[in-house]
Amino acid sequence: MSARPELVCPAGTPAALRDAVDAGADSVYCGFQNATNARNFPGLNFTAEELRTGVAYAHGRGAKVLLAINTFPPAGKFSLWRDAVDTGVALGVDAIIVADIGVASYAARTHPTQRLHLSVQASASSPEAIRYYCREFGVKRVVLPRILTVSEIKSIVSEIPCEIETFVFGNHGLMLEGRCSLTNYATGVSTNMDGVCSPAAQVRFEPAEGGALMSRLGDHAIDRFESGEKAGYPTICKGRYTTRCRQEPYYAFEEPVSLNLGPMLAELVRAGVNAFKIEGRQRSRAYVKRVVSAFRGGIDAVLEGREPNVGDLISLTEGQKQTEGAFKTKRWR
Amino acid sequence: MTFGYAHAGWRGPRSLAPPAPPLFLLQPLLARIARAVARRHPEMFARLGIHQTSRFVIEPIGLPFVLYLQPAPRNPILRALPRHARPVCEARIAAPFLQLLRMIDGEADGDAVFFARDLVVSGDTEAVVSLRNAIDDLDGSLAASVAGVFGPPGKLALALLSRRAKRQTA
Repeated sequence: MSARPELVCPAGTPAALRDAVDAGADSVYCGFQNATNARNFPGLNFTAEELRTGVAYAHGRGAKVLLAINTFPPAGKFSLWRDAVDTGVALGVDAIIVADIGVASYAARTHPTQRLHLSVQASASSPEAIRYYCREFGVKRVVLPRILTVSEIKSIVSEIPCEIETFVFGNHGLMLEGRCSLTNYATGVSTNMDGVCSPAAQVRFEPAEGGALMSRLGDHAIDRFESGEKAGYPTICKGRYTTRCRQEPYYAFEEPVSLNLGPMLAELVRAGVNAFKIEGRQRSRAYVKRVVSAFRGGIDAVLEGREPNVGDLISLTEGQKQTEGAFKTKRWR
Repeated sequence: MTFGYAHAGWRGPRSLAPPAPPLFLLQPLLARIARAVARRHPEMFARLGIHQTSRFVIEPIGLPFVLYLQPAPRNPILRALPRHARPVCEARIAAPFLQLLRMIDGEADGDAVFFARDLVVSGDTEAVVSLRNAIDDLDGSLAASVAGVFGPPGKLALALLSRRAKRQTA
């Protein structure tokens, strides 16, 4: 059996951080209340003082805090990202999760002892790309994009000098992390530079005839959920669209569905994955408590040689559907 | 931006005719709840940001009234209104009472309730997201904390309300 993998859990608020730690997280990732992280949502995230308290809470219970500074600074606005890095280091975070080469370079040069992880937003999926980040910036762990099979992950493990982290639960979006411009196209707000996918200020839900629900982003209709049909997020990549070549509206990019790799935990451990990440900093502490507890139990079961059982998490999944995605097969749709 | 629930002559709770007696009895209790939450959880308002002045109509399905909320830290407003009332508001939130209670208490995930179509949100989505995140950062049970303001009668009322909602949403 490989070394004990780390359970990496989301926290959008200080209360969620405490709940994640109490539920068995080995580490918690979070971000500041600005564009430096990819969940820059209203009412979410941490002030510097809240992060200071959160770090103390986590460290006092043997857990780590990872700070996501994983967006891409636009030209002329680098100071916000620089300040975020400096503040995170000063507060004693255990690692900074970076995506941008400039941010990685600044952190590595200015704070050479600070541990760096490579965000999924960097979209590094080949050994060559990962080795570049390790060599140039001393990256110690890469969060892999959700486009690789377990056997591909296993082969990458043997070709890179750093740890591997994979998502095991949560959002299963468009497989272009750090490259997706759909929100920018629809709203003028950038997922990658402003940290907002489908800004809530431009989301509208409208009742339609027959008990249906219309979701809109800016001027674009995203989906229409009929009465009783389970709903998904109002993101362009999960939208259902009409085209001339199809009679019925269809999901052109992705479907409203969440990733759940609970049944594959043992396989992933055997492949050499060092850390398992739960997505969902935008979710509630109810979600955090339940999912973290479930995966804590699942990972512990694997380590004890038992069959992992994360229980029934379907009610927490988008559209109340789950998938093992590309981890199982490249033909998941 | 306001959401289209206004109709002629109706511009918010201050212009309301005196509510029906049961709601009239509720108003001082709700006002006290709003003041108590504001006093006990001042940190909540920072997360609301610009939406401290937003007006919310919360529709607990299963209860005979809706709630009007304006979470201004110095003068928070929480009032009960008849279900047919259409006050001007920025956002409207409707869900079975029990689900609302569980979401407020950090026991149910709002996104999951939305996916299941048990939660209906309309109007300013950003205001709703801000309110959700502000409430979700409160430790423990907000409902129990509120009920505690009124001592044993408050706790009994909460238990009765929960029981009634369970019956109606079963």
